[in-house]
Amino acid sequence: MRRKKRYSNEMKLEFLSVPSNVAFARVAVAAFASQLDFTLAELEEIKVAVSEAVSNSIVHGYGNATNRFVKIHAALTADSVEIRVEDGGKGIENVDAALQPAFSTDADRLGLGFVFMQSFMDSLDVKTAPDQGTVVTMVKKLGAGMARTNPEQ
Amino acid sequence: MLVMDFELKQETLIVRPSGELDLGAADYFRSAVEEALRIHNARNLLYNLNKLSFVDSTGLGVILGRYRKITKNGGKVYIVSPQPQVRKILEISGLLRIMEEFPSENEALAKIG
Repeated sequence: MRRKKRYSNEMKLEFLSVPSNVAFARVAVAAFASQLDFTLAELEEIKVAVSEAVSNSIVHGYGNATNRFVKIHAALTADSVEIRVEDGGKGIENVDAALQPAFSTDADRLGLGFVFMQSFMDSLDVKTAPDQGTVVTMVKKLGAGMARTNPEQ
Repeated sequence: MLVMDFELKQETLIVRPSGELDLGAADYFRSAVEEALRIHNARNLLYNLNKLSFVDSTGLGVILGRYRKITKNGGKVYIVSPQPQVRKILEISGLLRIMEEFPSENEALAKIG
């Protein structure tokens, strides 16, 4: 059991890797996070970060296969929400490259997903291995504002 | 959920997306804009974003995809009145450095002339 007592609330979601679930996931997580006193702007930032992580799982992790599952675990502390987005997909071969702006393996995609996650959340951790899936863990603190706004540094 | 509205003025295709532009709506957005561009043979593209409530990097990708096509043919792409949360995304991504922003459609069309 790795359940941590410091959480005041937790929730888990598991849903098919279909594109329409990206909106479902971000709205559900933002509604859960709104139990804390986040501003509307902060909730919008959480929505973008969740949207990016779930989209990555569907597009990159599962190669757009729609019969796989994406899992989300979200937990509240007194002053933060911790969000874990997990897939069982092919993993990210080069995490350092994926964390750079404009790295994308697809022409019509910008490669800004991780930039937005880093910009809008206070911490971001990516655990991945080839064919063993990817776990993205991000934390947003109350009233911390936008952590890093410039992806070009 | 995304709804699209189109209008042609001064060789400029005005695109008014309403709702949320993400992975679930990207294919629809891409094909609807491509089709409208083909039908109207428009030179410029004007995105009126005042009813777009959400965009992420996937949504930006399909917006930028149309940008490349328009500018290749000598046209321009304009952004009109994005909501604050959408504007923040456009700003961080650098899209506002390549697409001129206007507070209203009329002001953008006046500039296009």
